Amino acid sequence: MAESDCKKYLTLSGLEPLVVTPESNFINVGERTNVTGSRKFLRLIKDEKYDEALSVARDQVEGGAQILDVNMDEGMLDGKYAMVKFLNLIASEPDIARIPLMIDSSKWEIIEAGLQVAQGKCVVNSISLKEGEAEFIRQAKLVKRYGAAVIVMAFDEVGQADTYERRIEICERSYKLLIDRVGFPPQDIIFDPNIFPVATGMDEHRLNALDFFKATKWIREHLPYANVSGGVSNVSFSFRGNTTVREAINSAFLYHAIQHGMNLGIVNPTMLEVYDEIPKDLLEHVEDVLFDRRDDATERLLDFAETVKGNKKEDNAKVLEWRNETLQDRITHSLVKGIDTFIIEDVEEARKTSEKPIEVIEGHLMIGMNVVGDLFGSGKMFLPQVVKSARVMKKAVAYLQPFIEAEKDGKQEFAGKILMATVKGDVHDIGKNIVSVVLGCNNYEIIDLGVMVPPEKIIEAAVKEQVDVIGLSGLITPSLDEMVYLSKAMKKENLTIPLIIGGATTSKAHTSVKIAPNYDHTVVHINDASRAVTVVGNLLQNDNSVYKAQIRTEYDKFREQFLTRGKRKEYRSIEAARTNKFQIDWATSEIVKPEQLGIQVIDKFDIRELEAFIDWSPFFRSWDLHGKYPDILKDDIVGVQAQELFNDAQLLLKRIFDEKLLKAKAVFGLFPANTVNDDDIEVYDDKQDVQATFLTLRQQLKKRDGIPNYALSDFIAPKDSGIQDYIGAFCVTTGFGTQELAERFEADNDDYNAIMIKALADRLAEAFAEYLHKQVRTKHWAYAKNEDLTNDDLINESYKGIRPAPGYPACPDHLEKCTLWQLLNVEKHIGVQLTESLAMWPAASVSGYYFGNPEAKYFGLGKITEDQLKDYAKRRAIDEDTARKWLNPNLAET
Amino acid sequence: MSDLLQSLQQRILVLDGAMGTMLQRYKFSEEDFRGERFKDYPTSLKGNNDLLSLTQPQAIADVHRLYFEAGADIVETNTFSGTTIAMADYNMEDLVYELNYESAKIAKQVAEEFTKATPNQPRFVAGSIGPTNKTASMSPDVNKPEYRAITFEELRIAYKQQVEALIDGGVDVLLVETIFDTLNAKAALFAIEEVKEERQIDIPIMVSGTITDASGRTLSGQTVEAFLTSISHVPLLSVGFNCALGAEQLKPYLQRLSNQTDFYTSAHPNAGLPNAFGEYDQSPKHMQQLIEDYLKDGLINIIGGCCGTNPEHIKAIAEVAQNYQPRSTKVYA
Repeated sequence: MAESDCKKYLTLSGLEPLVVTPESNFINVGERTNVTGSRKFLRLIKDEKYDEALSVARDQVEGGAQILDVNMDEGMLDGKYAMVKFLNLIASEPDIARIPLMIDSSKWEIIEAGLQVAQGKCVVNSISLKEGEAEFIRQAKLVKRYGAAVIVMAFDEVGQADTYERRIEICERSYKLLIDRVGFPPQDIIFDPNIFPVATGMDEHRLNALDFFKATKWIREHLPYANVSGGVSNVSFSFRGNTTVREAINSAFLYHAIQHGMNLGIVNPTMLEVYDEIPKDLLEHVEDVLFDRRDDATERLLDFAETVKGNKKEDNAKVLEWRNETLQDRITHSLVKGIDTFIIEDVEEARKTSEKPIEVIEGHLMIGMNVVGDLFGSGKMFLPQVVKSARVMKKAVAYLQPFIEAEKDGKQEFAGKILMATVKGDVHDIGKNIVSVVLGCNNYEIIDLGVMVPPEKIIEAAVKEQVDVIGLSGLITPSLDEMVYLSKAMKKENLTIPLIIGGATTSKAHTSVKIAPNYDHTVVHINDASRAVTVVGNLLQNDNSVYKAQIRTEYDKFREQFLTRGKRKEYRSIEAARTNKFQIDWATSEIVKPEQLGIQVIDKFDIRELEAFIDWSPFFRSWDLHGKYPDILKDDIVGVQAQELFNDAQLLLKRIFDEKLLKAKAVFGLFPANTVNDDDIEVYDDKQDVQATFLTLRQQLKKRDGIPNYALSDFIAPKDSGIQDYIGAFCVTTGFGTQELAERFEADNDDYNAIMIKALADRLAEAFAEYLHKQVRTKHWAYAKNEDLTNDDLINESYKGIRPAPGYPACPDHLEKCTLWQLLNVEKHIGVQLTESLAMWPAASVSGYYFGNPEAKYFGLGKITEDQLKDYAKRRAIDEDTARKWLNPNLAET
Repeated sequence: MSDLLQSLQQRILVLDGAMGTMLQRYKFSEEDFRGERFKDYPTSLKGNNDLLSLTQPQAIADVHRLYFEAGADIVETNTFSGTTIAMADYNMEDLVYELNYESAKIAKQVAEEFTKATPNQPRFVAGSIGPTNKTASMSPDVNKPEYRAITFEELRIAYKQQVEALIDGGVDVLLVETIFDTLNAKAALFAIEEVKEERQIDIPIMVSGTITDASGRTLSGQTVEAFLTSISHVPLLSVGFNCALGAEQLKPYLQRLSNQTDFYTSAHPNAGLPNAFGEYDQSPKHMQQLIEDYLKDGLINIIGGCCGTNPEHIKAIAEVAQNYQPRSTKVYA
């Protein structure tokens, strides 16, 4: 996989760039600067009130629009003149020109006039096959030459596509013309498969939403790199006048369209209800219509719509005993217990009795949070509870914010400013989010840069925001190098900000040996969230020089010890290690030919089946609750909290199952294979041609006599034995939907569930891997047809054969994932992608190999030496520096 | 594969230094600028450096020669202002084709001399395409922000004429440089793509923007990444920065560019920032050290100098450039 493959993302620019990656949120196109959609804007343009028209554009940008749609198509306007004048004016307003433009017109001459005055990379909205192929190609060529991306309407010589089949037919034809005849970059193509109104009462409109969803999904799966967009408000056109229903339809439609792959679109944010806030009964009626689930769906929604006009939810929550206590006690109770039902009314009461709204935060809420902090610090509260408290706190602060802003000097005083980021190439953020929440509870201001954050962006933000501490997180091994790189860059920039390192693969050893020496200022490794508060607190105290010196000494000493200890290890040369390989007696070894060779895809899968396969212990670990499930639920110290966390997880899990919030997909293959040259595994197709070669790495640590130096290749029969052997490969994911859900929870200030959903998705992915492995052992490969193992047996790996994963101890080489991806065509089949650091996206995915030999077992590679590195680089046909970069964590110190 | 591409894969290529700085040494008078041919021309011509390709071709050839001798692999034609738009200052719009064509010829002839002498180090000519003196996305009149002194269409026509003459004159590569306003550059690229299609030829294109100050943006307000995004629709040989800043100030932007692009990268910074007298006084040695920092970090495929640099600077740069591997454009194969 070349770097350029990783970069096939729609990239646009105004004064600043906009990169639409798979992990981008839905891209929101501002639509108020459109004379066909806004009477106000039309009037301003007609009256030549361009100043006011500009302020409409500015409102859009400030309101969060990431692309600005400009349309001047109106019979009474000189569209070309208006387009050029307006875009020229925008160019002199840096706060508007920041974002890319979408030049929107049905007239080509207006589009071209717009393109000629825009310095950035715009989007043309739109072209289509309406006027035939020749005109389509001519316009597309010009769009490309002007350096713009393009929206292609599903429209052809016959008319506008209004069925699933017509949509995909036109989109596929347009795509082929653009790629083959114009050489248009596929990532710059955005399809608009036509959003039509639903519930019109006409039978031919019944599939309007469903066909759009299906077509969107089809496009995203079959037309590589292409994007999908649409104008959302149109879908609820039949319900003009009934805002409640209209907003519900819009948001339900948008939610499902995004699930199906729509990644940008024209949305009026004031016309949306939060999906989760749509009353269940209304949602059910709306979704019946969207998915055409009943013959009478439309009638039922129409009838129901009458009842929800002006209907108000009844609040019949019980008044509990603690509600009779003093105001402060009630607020503290809500925070400590993580109850958000009454917090708004209590905060409102506090606000009314305070002189300034800020005092409610600094007084009532901080008093409560201090209680939380004390309980947490003394081990009486546990992480999941603290995150719940944070959720309540956030809700309270969000409520107070408008009041605080209305005051002039009302600014919240924070204890310090912390920058948090998951490093470049890495997508894992559960740990980072937990630490952010915990620090946030302790009154630190968090600047969260998200995932896959490039180093220069971290430095830029750290300097600009004048942060007090930088916290880096990462899970996969290449992230370790990214952290090293960043520490060097921080030194170069003469920064003095303390650096905190965290995440599953990080360690005190790596931090002290590889990171701390690069940076003259404080570097600390933190392995659990509760320590973050203490460390940050110490770093930010007025006189922190003693603490800093103490850390420095501690890490210097640790490094020294580590390095001297490391040197005592002895290694064999790679040749000697190969001679000492693990020997299987191939003449008698049991080799079973798989029932079915080749690749299989599981696209439709009831995720509920995975419940029995979940290994819960790691789930508790991700919340800093240590112990083995189910014993942990009865644990003297953490038992109660573990049970509560487990109950909450069960609730969300039930929603995942019932509402099908996450989607499980898998691809796997079973192939003939043989080992060649000791360490390489050749994978064959049905004609015995090599279709992929897995490169394995061999242990080199010198062990006592009789203990072999393992490589995975030892478990596959060598080619010269003349025996045909087999290997399997797989990738499973349960991650599609996770990000959107997490974002929805976050938008609702619910970090607790935002973290929970990711932790659960991870568990489900592991469960899916376990499930699929069982299917393979008993059914597809069928070398263990009569296996009868419990889930505990599975967790203890008592099964026959192994399923090691690249990036883990037996094969730490992440580059193997590229081979897997190519062999199984993973991205095409199930959509899981690799980042530049070869992390899987969505994060809740597992990939690996299947070895079926009864003697195959898990092992850890340990460290390897220079000679194997050189040999490996040659086998992989890459230069040594590149090889070193990828295998760095496994290289022995020399 | 073209010789140029082949050379780029093997080593860091060195671009020449400033032309203007060198021509100042000749202290040409109004008469020298006019020569025999333009002695009765109605406008003052002193300062029209591009015109010297017609009136003092020997001097232009000598400057090219000095740069090649100093170790340059590529020299730029003396055509920085060779468009009808820039030549309007001297009423010389009609001479544009000839100026570009002759400038290309002169440079190409000198390049061929050197290639012949050392065939294993082929020398190349880049057709210099400057920004013109007007901007398409900014108004010169603060009171009329919607006004533009030049349109895309006017730029496209002017650039097309320059490009055709440079290609006819035999340049190996086109260099769209000192880009203050990305829209101007997009018009130049549009024109080049048109010529390529009409003539059914392929010619490599280098693009070099200008970061004006510590804001880290172009004059027209784009960040490094936005600039790169706006010009990457054309298959480029290289993308880089030149002018306005010295090597030291340019480095962070070059670093960001290098991280973001799969094209080869280039830089031809000024010899430091101008001193109180507006002169560039960074020594070749000093500039060499700063450039070596680029090389150590593997940021560069093509390196040269802009304002204030002379053959001594280029010699110093060429000396260090040969000690380093060029920036690799792929993470791994």
